[in-house]
Amino acid sequence: MQLPPALHARLAGAPGEAEPLPVERDPAAGTTPFRFAARQDGDVQRHLYLQDVLTQVAWDPERPRVPEFTCQVAGCCQVFDALEDFEHHYHTLHRNVCSFCKRAFPSGHLLDTHILEWHDSLFQILAERQDMYQCLVEGCTEKFRTSRDRKEHLVTRHLYPADFRFDKPRKSKGPATPGPAVQVSAEALGDDQVPSEGDAMEVCFEHTELPPEPSGERRTYGHRIPSTICFGQGASRGFKSTKKRNKHQ
Amino acid sequence: MRLHHVEPTAAPPQAVELRGEELRCRRREREAALRKARREQQLVSKRLLRDEDPEKAEGYVAVILGEAEIQQFLRLAQRGTEEKEREKALVSLRRGLQHPETQQAFIRLEGSIRTLVGLLTSNQALLQLEAARCLHELSHSEQSTVAEACLPATSYLLTYLSGHSSDFIELCLYTLGNLIVESEAVRRQLLPQGIVPALAACIQSPHLTVLEALGYALSQLLQAKEAPEKIIPSVLGSPLPQHMLQLLQPGPKLNLGVAVEFAWCLHYIICSQVNNALLITHGALSTLGLLLLDLAGAVQRTEDAGLELLACPVLRCLSNLLTEAAVEAVGEQMQLRDERVVAALFILLQFFLQKQPSLLPEGLWLLNNLTANSPSFCTSLLSLDLIEPLLQLLSVSNVVSVLVGPLLPSLLDTLAFSDTEVVGQSLELLQLLFLYQPGAVQAFLQQSGLQALQRHEEVAQLQDRVRALQQTAQHG
Repeated sequence: MQLPPALHARLAGAPGEAEPLPVERDPAAGTTPFRFAARQDGDVQRHLYLQDVLTQVAWDPERPRVPEFTCQVAGCCQVFDALEDFEHHYHTLHRNVCSFCKRAFPSGHLLDTHILEWHDSLFQILAERQDMYQCLVEGCTEKFRTSRDRKEHLVTRHLYPADFRFDKPRKSKGPATPGPAVQVSAEALGDDQVPSEGDAMEVCFEHTELPPEPSGERRTYGHRIPSTICFGQGASRGFKSTKKRNKHQ
Repeated sequence: MRLHHVEPTAAPPQAVELRGEELRCRRREREAALRKARREQQLVSKRLLRDEDPEKAEGYVAVILGEAEIQQFLRLAQRGTEEKEREKALVSLRRGLQHPETQQAFIRLEGSIRTLVGLLTSNQALLQLEAARCLHELSHSEQSTVAEACLPATSYLLTYLSGHSSDFIELCLYTLGNLIVESEAVRRQLLPQGIVPALAACIQSPHLTVLEALGYALSQLLQAKEAPEKIIPSVLGSPLPQHMLQLLQPGPKLNLGVAVEFAWCLHYIICSQVNNALLITHGALSTLGLLLLDLAGAVQRTEDAGLELLACPVLRCLSNLLTEAAVEAVGEQMQLRDERVVAALFILLQFFLQKQPSLLPEGLWLLNNLTANSPSFCTSLLSLDLIEPLLQLLSVSNVVSVLVGPLLPSLLDTLAFSDTEVVGQSLELLQLLFLYQPGAVQAFLQQSGLQALQRHEEVAQLQDRVRALQQTAQHG
C-alpha cells in the first residue's frame, strides 16, 4: 500500500479538522458505527504475549553480589550482600515502625491504626463513648465499639481469616481497666503463632526500656520481644498523647 | 525494565534454519490452541516471574518433590537455626514448585499452606520474600484446585500492596493476577477483601514495574465473566479510570509495558458497556486519539517489536467508544475531531499490512466508525489523498468494500455540481474506483453515470477526463 508522502508531514503537523465537502457517506449504505464481533487474532496475540513475556528476575542466591554491608538503622545488625534484599528488609522492618513499642508494620495505614489504638490515651477515652475501632480494609469506613466487633466484621463482611496476623488480641493488664477485658487491636509483625520461629534478628530490636511482661503467651526464647506488651491504662499515660511516628525517608 | 521476550537462542549456523522453522511451527501450534480456546471461551493466560535464564531454560528441568521432601523443606524453613539454611530450604521448595506434580503434592500435604502463610507474614524479610515466590509459582498452576489452595494467603497479599517494597509488591500483584484469572472462588473472596480499593491505592506508585503488574492484575479481574455486574461498577466508581487514562497519555513518560496492560483494561471495561459515557467525560477519546498519533509516529521511527500489542486495544477502544451516543453529547475538547487521526490510522494500516495483517480488519473497523457520522473525516480521506491507498486495500479485505460502497453514490452526487475543481477531483477518483473495483462500472452505469458525465463534456478543463471515463465505462 502506497501512502502519499505528505501524509507523514500531516501527522507531524498541527491538529485540525477538515472543512466538510459535500462528499458524504450515503446513509442508505447502512454502515453506521458497528461493534466488531469476530476479533480473534488480536486476542490471540495478546495471550501469546502474556505467555511469552517471562519477567526475568534475579533471585538466585548464587547471583553476583556486592561486598557485605550492614543495615545502618540503629540497633539493627543485619548484614546483606545484595541491594534488593536490603531494600525489602528495610521496608519490612524499619519503614513503618512504632516509635513507642518498636513494632514494625507492613503499611503506614496499619501503623497509624496501631498507634491510635495502642498508644493514644485520648482514643481510649473516646472509645468508651463512641465507635472508634476502624475497619482495617482500605476503602471501608465502618467503625466499631470494640476491637472484637471489628474482628467480627472483618471475618464476616470481608472474609478475612479469623487469625489475621495484623489483628491480634492484646491483653490489657493494667490495674482497674475500664472497658472490655481483652482489647483486640492491630498488631505488628513479630508475633509469630509458631513458637519455634525464634529469630536471631530479634536481638537487634530489643529495647531495654521495655519491661518484659510476664504473660500467658511468654515465649521461651529470651531474645524475642514479648508477644504481648501490656501498657494498660497506667503505662500509656506515661507517653505523650500525640502521635509519634518513626518516619524514615 | 526487566521485560524479556523469549528469543530463540544462538545456535551453530547449520542448525539455525531448522531451529527457526521449529519455533515458527511451535508458535503456529500455540496460536491454533489459543484460537480453539478462544472459541470455547477458555482463554486463560498468566504471567510468570522467574529467575531462570532463558538461555539455560532449554535444558532445565524442575525437580519433582514428594510430600516428605516438601515437609522437610518447610520444617527447615520454619525452624532452622541458621538464617541462610532457612532461606535455602525455601529456595529449594520454590524450584520444586515449578513442577505441577510438586504443586499437587504440596497442596495435598496437610498444613503446608498454613506454614507457608506463616512464613509469608513472618518478620524475617527474606523468608517473607521467598515464601511469596513460592506462592507465585503455585499461582501459575493451571489447576484451579492449586489456586484455591492459596486462598488463605490473599488477605495478606492485599495488605502488602500498601507497603513500600516495590519488588515485593510487584510479586504480590502478579500472583494475585494469576489467581484471579484461575478461579471464580478466588474472585469471590478478593472482592469483599477489598481488592478494588487496594489496587486503586497502588496505582499511585511511581514504580513502572509495579504499575505494569497492577495493570496485569486489573486486566485479569476485568475479564471475569461476572465482571460487568460485580466488578466493573466499583472499578468505575474508584479513581482507577482517571489514573489509567493518565498512564495512557503519550509523552516521554509513556511506558510501553504499562500502557499495554492498561489499554487492555480499558478495552474490557468498554466492552462491558457498563458506563462508557463516564469514560468519555474523562476524556478517553482525546487521550486515545493522541495515543494513536503517537503510535503512528513510533512505527515510522522504529522497528520496535511490540507496538502492535498496544495498537490493537487502542483501535478497539476507539472504535467501540465511537458507537456511543454520549459522543455527541460531550463538549468539543472531549470529542475526536482531529484529522491527524485519519493520517495516523493509515500509517498504522500500512504497518499492519507488513507486520501484522490480522490487525487490518480492526484498523478498518475504526476507519468505518470514524467516517460513519463525520463528514469532516470523510473529507479528510479526500484531502489527504487516501482514497487510492484505501482502494488498494480492497484486495486484502472485504471490510474495505463496505467502506468503499458509499463512495460511488457520493461521487455521482458531486457530478451535479458546477465547481470544476470538485468535479475534476471526482472524475479522477472515479477512474481509480473503476481501476480497483471493476464491479463499480456496472453500478455506475445503472445509476445513470453516463448521463451525469454528459453535463461536463464541453468543459475544457474536464473534457479529457470525461472522455477517459466514458471509454472505461463503455468498453471495460
